[in-house]
Amino acid sequence: MEAEAATLLGKYIGAGMACTAMGGAGVGIGHVVGNYLSGALRNPAAAREQIATMFLGIAFAEALGIFGFLIALLLMFAV
Amino acid sequence: MAAASDAGNGGLSIHPMDQFVVKPLFGDGPIGLFTITNATLWMALVVAAIAALLILGTRGRALVPTRVQSMAEMLYGFIHQMVTDVLGEDGVRFFPYIFTLFVFILFSNLMGLIPYSFTVTSHVAVTATLALVVFGTVIILGFIKQGTHFLGLFWPTSAPMALRPVLAVIEVISFFVRPVSHSIRLAGNMMAGHAVLKVFAAFVAPMSILGVLPLALMVAIVGLEVIVAIVQAYIFAILTVIYLRDAVHPMAH
Repeated sequence: MEAEAATLLGKYIGAGMACTAMGGAGVGIGHVVGNYLSGALRNPAAAREQIATMFLGIAFAEALGIFGFLIALLLMFAV
Repeated sequence: MAAASDAGNGGLSIHPMDQFVVKPLFGDGPIGLFTITNATLWMALVVAAIAALLILGTRGRALVPTRVQSMAEMLYGFIHQMVTDVLGEDGVRFFPYIFTLFVFILFSNLMGLIPYSFTVTSHVAVTATLALVVFGTVIILGFIKQGTHFLGLFWPTSAPMALRPVLAVIEVISFFVRPVSHSIRLAGNMMAGHAVLKVFAAFVAPMSILGVLPLALMVAIVGLEVIVAIVQAYIFAILTVIYLRDAVHPMAH
C-alpha cells in the first residue's frame, strides 16, 4: 500500500514537472513572434511573405512543449 | 480519467473532461466499429456544412460574388496561394488533398465551439489518423519520386563530414516524431481550450455577483479560441505542405 501511494505521488509530481516544458514553449513562441514583429515594423513591405515562416517557427517551438504535455498525459493515464 | 474524477469530488459539479466522452447516440450498448456515436454525428455535420458552403457558394458563379460565394472563394484562394507558394506551380496536384484537410479541420474546430457540441479534432485518434496519412503519403511519394535518394534527407551533405552521423541521428528522430507532434498539437490545443472554458464556467455560479468576472473572461477566451481554431487548421495544413515538399523536391531544406 505504501509503495502504491508513493507511485501515485511520483506520478502526479512528475506530471506537474513535465508541464514546465510548456513554459519553455511559451518563451520560444514569444521570441519568434516578437522578433517577427520587430522585423516587420522595420520593413513592413516584406512582412506579409514571412507570415508563413513565422507560423512554422511557432509550430516547431510549440512541438517541444507538446512533448512535455505528452509526457504528462502518459504519466497521468498510461503509466 | 478515473483518478482525475475521484480527486475532484469536492469541487466541480461538471467534470471539465466530460465533454470529450464518446458515447453512442442510440442506447447504452458497447461501442463497436460501426456504432453511431456523437463523434460520428458531428463529423457528418461538419462534412454536411462544408458541402453546403461550397456547393451553395459555387452554384451562382456570379461575376460580383454574393457573401457565401466570396467566402468559398476566399477559402479556396487562400489555400491555393499557400500550396503554390511552397510547392510551386506543379504542386497544384496536391491542392485537393490539402484543401480537404484544411477545411475539415477548420470546420470541426469552429463547430466544436458551439455550446453542447462535440469537438471531433479534440481526440488524438482523429488527428493521429490524419497525421499518419500525411506521414505515409510523404514516405511513399518520396520513394516513388526520388527512389533511394529520398534517404538523402537524413544525410545532410552541406555539413562537415565529422558532424554528419550526429546530424543523421537527429534528422531520423525528428522525421519519425513528426506525426506525433503533428497530431498532438491539434488535439492538445483543442482539448486544452475547451477544458479551460469548462473550468471557468464552473467558477461562475459559486461566486454569485462576482461571477461576472469569470463570465467576462470566458467571453474573451471564446474569442481567443476562435483564433486558435483557425490558426491550428492553418498550421496543420502548412506543415502538411512543407512535409510534402521534402518528398517532392529533393534537398529543399
